Amino acid sequence: MADRSHLRYQHPLSQSPRHTEEKLAPDQQSIELEPLTPETASTGTRLSRRSFLSGLGATGLLAGAAPLVVTAPVAASVTQETAAGSGSATLTLNINGKDCPLPGLDPRATLLDTLRERIHLTGTKKGCDHGQCGACTVHVNGRRVNSCLSFAVMHQGDKITTIEGLGQPDHLHPMQAAFVEHDGYQCGYCTSGQIMSAVALLKEPIGPSDEDVKSAMAGNICRCGAYTNIVAAVRQVRAQA
Amino acid sequence: MQTFEFVKAESIEKALATAPSARFVAGGTTLVDLMKLSVETPATVVDINALPLSQIEKLPAGGLRIGALVRNSDLAWHPDVQSAYAVLSQALLSGASPQLRNMATTGGNLLQRTRCAYFREPTAGTPGGYGCNKRSPGTGCAALEGFNRTHAVLGTSDHCIATHPSDMCVAMAALDAVILVEGPKGKRTIPFAEFHKLPGDTPNIENSLEPGELVTYVDLPKPVDGARSVYLKLRDRASYEFALASAAVVAKVEGGHIRYVRVALGGVGTKPWRSHEAEHALEGKPANAATFRAAAEAALAAAHPRTDNAFKVELAKRCLVRSLKLATA
Repeated sequence: MADRSHLRYQHPLSQSPRHTEEKLAPDQQSIELEPLTPETASTGTRLSRRSFLSGLGATGLLAGAAPLVVTAPVAASVTQETAAGSGSATLTLNINGKDCPLPGLDPRATLLDTLRERIHLTGTKKGCDHGQCGACTVHVNGRRVNSCLSFAVMHQGDKITTIEGLGQPDHLHPMQAAFVEHDGYQCGYCTSGQIMSAVALLKEPIGPSDEDVKSAMAGNICRCGAYTNIVAAVRQVRAQA
Repeated sequence: MQTFEFVKAESIEKALATAPSARFVAGGTTLVDLMKLSVETPATVVDINALPLSQIEKLPAGGLRIGALVRNSDLAWHPDVQSAYAVLSQALLSGASPQLRNMATTGGNLLQRTRCAYFREPTAGTPGGYGCNKRSPGTGCAALEGFNRTHAVLGTSDHCIATHPSDMCVAMAALDAVILVEGPKGKRTIPFAEFHKLPGDTPNIENSLEPGELVTYVDLPKPVDGARSVYLKLRDRASYEFALASAAVVAKVEGGHIRYVRVALGGVGTKPWRSHEAEHALEGKPANAATFRAAAEAALAAAHPRTDNAFKVELAKRCLVRSLKLATA
């Protein structure tokens, strides 16, 4: 196997901004994409694709309303929740180490929808919504589960970890770094679920072979077919442990 | 999804005090799935995850008592289960996905519902929809003349041919498990063979629980000295797929003859299919291919195949023969 340590992932924010180093041809353009770090009040009203498409626009982004929980407080007020019926519960969820109060939460809200729509932690994805694809995989008390098949109201007192809580762009979890190094994704949609699943399996009684890893990752499907590289990434992290 | 009242039960008494029409939720992997499809529409959902039913303990007489809230993965990985009830561990690990196994519970696995596409289709039974006697009694069975590749060949009726999907249940059937329940009228035990019901003309009644009863434990008897057990599951994919045919075998061979045997089949029955026919054809006989084949023929003799699932008859026979070979090798 060729030495690929020169491909070891370095986050662009740890170097000079790429776009000032690029030499663009006359017919090329540089497009600034969504920032990887949370937008703060001080940077004012930067419009992101997500805020535009969800109709929030620049003014809809409140101060500290950031998708990454560790460095920024969680927005509780920008909501698209369904009407609270007679069964609405008062709940506090512990997500990535922070308590998130969720007044008026509909008991029908799944953990997945609550994470994504209410708390704006959109790293966890909805694939099938029926526990058949694994894109929604999160950790509850350190164990991997499908967040689409659980009501949020059932998780008072649980410690919930999402992909956002696993690592940060400048401080990746070794599994995240391994996925980048081994090109363990194409479109990226299944990737957060794959990574959450892979991290959890490090603590499960899985056998040592690649077949064991494939079997242990069977709950996460990838339409792009990045499986070989995913297994390579998991193998690397297991070897490092 | 229809709205519901959510109640968190702090004790078994509190759980039993809720309305008999309430649904208990533990892992949620069946209930939440079916509520999203509007197949289950409970007015009240009672979260029982706080109840003290998550232990696996050795019984004084030598068996094992499994709390209803023990997660499928924990049960499969438990050293006592792996050493003394290997068929149960293998069956659990062959089912679902790691995430689902971390959520699903022993009690929930007993009560999981069929994967029949007509049952799971909420518009079935409505004008223009497909009939499903299990979900909407009296509306007919669309699978009889419809797509029935994954449906049952044993225990069927003209009202329902839906397969019972559980792997754990097939292993527990072969282990002579006993189910402990608690209800408004008190505690009782149900032998495994009596827990799940044949569809007959009331496929909407799937088990012998009374309204308001809660599964509390599953007891496994003391393992038979010298017996080995195997679970073999055959399916379209190597993982994360229900059985087309499966077999759970517990067998003890002495001097080349079968001294003790239990056989249960999965993927082919409307309930976890304990096969007394196979056992009678095996007990005392030499442990060889001819005996195994005769047992397989006996096990499937009453099979009633439909348009798309006739292949299951031969597949189930070969599955049983192979698992008998593995268990007696």
